[in-house]
Formats: sequence, C-alpha cells, structure tokens
Amino acid sequence: MSKTGSAMPEPTGPKQSAAPAVAPQSPPLWLLAELTYKCPLQCPYCSNPLDFADHGEELTTEQWIDVFRQARKMGAAQLGFSGGEPLVRRDLEQLIAEGRKLGYYTNLITSGIGLNADRIAAFREAGLDHIQISFQASDETVNNMLAGSDKAFQQKLKMAREVKAQGYPMVLNFVTHKHNIDRIDRIIELCVELEADFVELATCQYYGWAYENKESLLPTRAQLERAERITNEYRDKLAAAGNPIKLIFVTPDYYEERPKKCMNGWGEIFLTVTPDGTALPCHSARMLPIEFPNVKDSSLQHIWRDSFGFNHFRGDDWMQEPCRSCDEKELDLGGCRCQAYMLAGDMNAADPVCSKSPHHQTILDARAAAENSGEDSPITFRNERNSRVFARG
Amino acid sequence: MTKPTLAHTPCLNPMFRFQWEEAQNCHVLLYPEGMIKLNDSAGAILSEITGEQDCAAIIQALEARFPEAGELGPDVLEFLEVAHEQNWIRYA
Repeated sequence: MSKTGSAMPEPTGPKQSAAPAVAPQSPPLWLLAELTYKCPLQCPYCSNPLDFADHGEELTTEQWIDVFRQARKMGAAQLGFSGGEPLVRRDLEQLIAEGRKLGYYTNLITSGIGLNADRIAAFREAGLDHIQISFQASDETVNNMLAGSDKAFQQKLKMAREVKAQGYPMVLNFVTHKHNIDRIDRIIELCVELEADFVELATCQYYGWAYENKESLLPTRAQLERAERITNEYRDKLAAAGNPIKLIFVTPDYYEERPKKCMNGWGEIFLTVTPDGTALPCHSARMLPIEFPNVKDSSLQHIWRDSFGFNHFRGDDWMQEPCRSCDEKELDLGGCRCQAYMLAGDMNAADPVCSKSPHHQTILDARAAAENSGEDSPITFRNERNSRVFARG
Repeated sequence: MTKPTLAHTPCLNPMFRFQWEEAQNCHVLLYPEGMIKLNDSAGAILSEITGEQDCAAIIQALEARFPEAGELGPDVLEFLEVAHEQNWIRYA
C-alpha cells in the first residue's frame, strides 16, 4: 500500500488516454475540503499559503454542502475535512452527516486540538468513517515546541486513545524533519502503543511554510537513510508478530534524482477546495501565477472539465525541454509545478528535483546546506502575525 | 488461520466500507484515504458477507443468484482466503 504523500489516496484513477485533447476527462475521486485556515497550532511546515491571513470569507455550511453534492455526482468517493484545523468549524458535525449521507467515505484530518470524547461520539453518530491525528514528534517537549502549545502532546495522546476506544480506523501522521527524524524508532513505538491502523511517516515536503523553513527542517541524507532502514526493520518485526499496522514512509523528493508524478497527474484525481471556495488541483497550487476558479462563481463540472486552471497542465503540450523530448516524461509528467515555480522561477520548467533539470543545482545546494546547518537555525512559525507580514509582501 | 471452512462466518473488517460506485461502474472497498476497485465476482461475493451468513450459506446464496455458473464453492473459498490475507474480512 504505497502512498504518494501526506493524506493522499491510492492511485486508483482510470488510465489516461494517449490523446488527452479528445479523451473524456476522468472524474475527481478525492475532494479535500479545507474548511478553514484557522488553527490553534503553528507548525512551521504547514502547507497552507504564507498569506493565509489575507484570504477572504469562509464558505457557508450551505455552500459546502452544495460542493459535496456536486463532486459526489461527478464521482468523488473520498471526502477529506481538513484546514487549518477543521474542528474550528462549528458546523463540522453537520458537514460530516451530509457527506456521509451522499455516500462519501469521510475522513477527518485533525491536530486533535479541540476534540473531546463527546465530539468524537457525535461525529460517529453523524457517520464519520475515519480520523487522522497529526503529531509533531514522539517527544513531548519537541512536539510542543513545534506546535507552539504546551498542552498539545498530552491532548493528542488522549484523543488518539479515545478515537480507538470508539472503534474508528485511525491514521497517525508524523511529518518528519531534522528535529524529530532521529527518533523514528520512538515514533513507531508510540504508534504501535496507540494502536494506529496506518502510520504516515511523511518526510516534510517543502511548500508553504515548510519552504520558508527549509534550512531548519531538511534532514541530511544520512538521517533519512537511517530512518528508512529503521522503518523497514520495524515493518519486518511487526509483520512477524502478526501486527496489521501499516507503516507508510513518504520519501522526500529533495533526495531523489527524478521528480514525483505530482498529485498522480494534474487534475486527474484530486480536487481541493480552499476555505474561500477557490478550487485547486492540489493544495499547494494556489502559489502559482494562475487564476484558479471559485465554486461561488462556477459549477464544479465546469471547473474540473473546462476551466483554464485545471486544464493548463493536463497532457504534455505545455512541456518545455528537457521534459518535452524526455523518454521518461510519462512516468513523472515533468514533476511538481509548484516546485518548478519556486526553485526554477518558471512553472513550465522541469521540476528541479530531476537531475536533467538545468536548475538541479538548487536541490544540490539545499542538500549541502542540510549538512552544514545546526539544530539552532531560526524557525518561522505559522501564525496569524507572521502571515500578515507575508500578506503585505 | 487462512483457509476458511464452510462453517466459518466472515464479516467485513470495520476498516473498510463496501459499496457500489456508479462512476466506477463497480463495487469498491473504501478505507482511510483509499479505494480498491473490485471485479464482478469479488463484488458479488463481498455483497453476501453480512456477518450473519457462514461460508456454506454464502455459497448457496451465490449459486442461487448465478445458476448458470454451476458449482461455486471452491472459487468462493479461494477468494475468501485472499480477502482474509488482504485483511478485508475477519472471522467471527
């Protein structure tokens, strides 16, 4: 069971035809509803936009339900409630109930802050299928330092136990980076103790706030290789003991020579709707110089099938060299558009992770910087105050 | 235990939800952030797994539903073995 990134589904999309211009567009399978940018924590690797504080009003309950209905009709089967912290929305229970009634598999992706036993039971009653809780570290001090909260760790432990006690499938998500990756053994043991069904050991991807904090987050190659080796040892050990827990190790592309097939193809499977109703092919895409459509102005059908934003990077007509003539282009579709934009300054360029990219040096430089940077590099926390600085630009 | 006998009663692992997906034109198993598409026979067998019927009753029900298919026992038990290995089902 391989996963392509944090909170990503299996690549189950229908095969793309060789002629994308005429082939009917396959439907979205995954609707990620980013209900709010509000969050009580301030994780410095948050994937929300840097200027989140500057974004408009959140969609209303009715607007969200309408989005769920439209996406379900098109064929979406998975519905993720995310944010920010989705628990901040007071109508969450109602949104879960509507999603479940429409036939979605409903996933709550939460920090656990704002959760309690009654609310977990009420969500169960509303039909919630699964809860994913994110941790910052296996160690209380590091966890709370990264989260920017003294109480976060104990609350997460308590809620993870409650989620299992109430019979939900549970995914635990750890974003790993320089500050916690050396404790991967403790992380895995904690997850076993909490009876997680799946564990995402998601090496930090450098978008949003994480990109700002790359120097203090990117682990060294030696750290990574060690973590992967230990994870494999635990997999063998747990399987031999008959423990069905699944450990999913998400490799960071900064240590790869070929880029990832981002989102399993642009506009193929994923549809993210942001708190203000902007529709995106991936939760990072908002940073690109593209005008993305809004669910308040257009139908999802139009957005998915016909909008410029969703069609722009479908197929391979947009590719430049070295991608255009590359015999591997079908494998990775040129990699991540956001990474190309951030590192090469051109969203149409090859993803600089690729060793064939003329900008691959930026990746080599980041790896070299990781070898030299100490534990004490400054960290910019994801909070309203810092976001306002970015919003002013 | 891997190979079920006729007296075993399988139930779906609560991790999974089994349903018909119109857009996929097939039965699927949904689980946290993922989906497994099932072929026709897998879909037919899983739709008989209620947690109430034992393997003998499941086979009987399927043979009644698909009389032209003949004897289904060995195929059904073989599928259930795989389904159990995949952790899709459990035995009461």
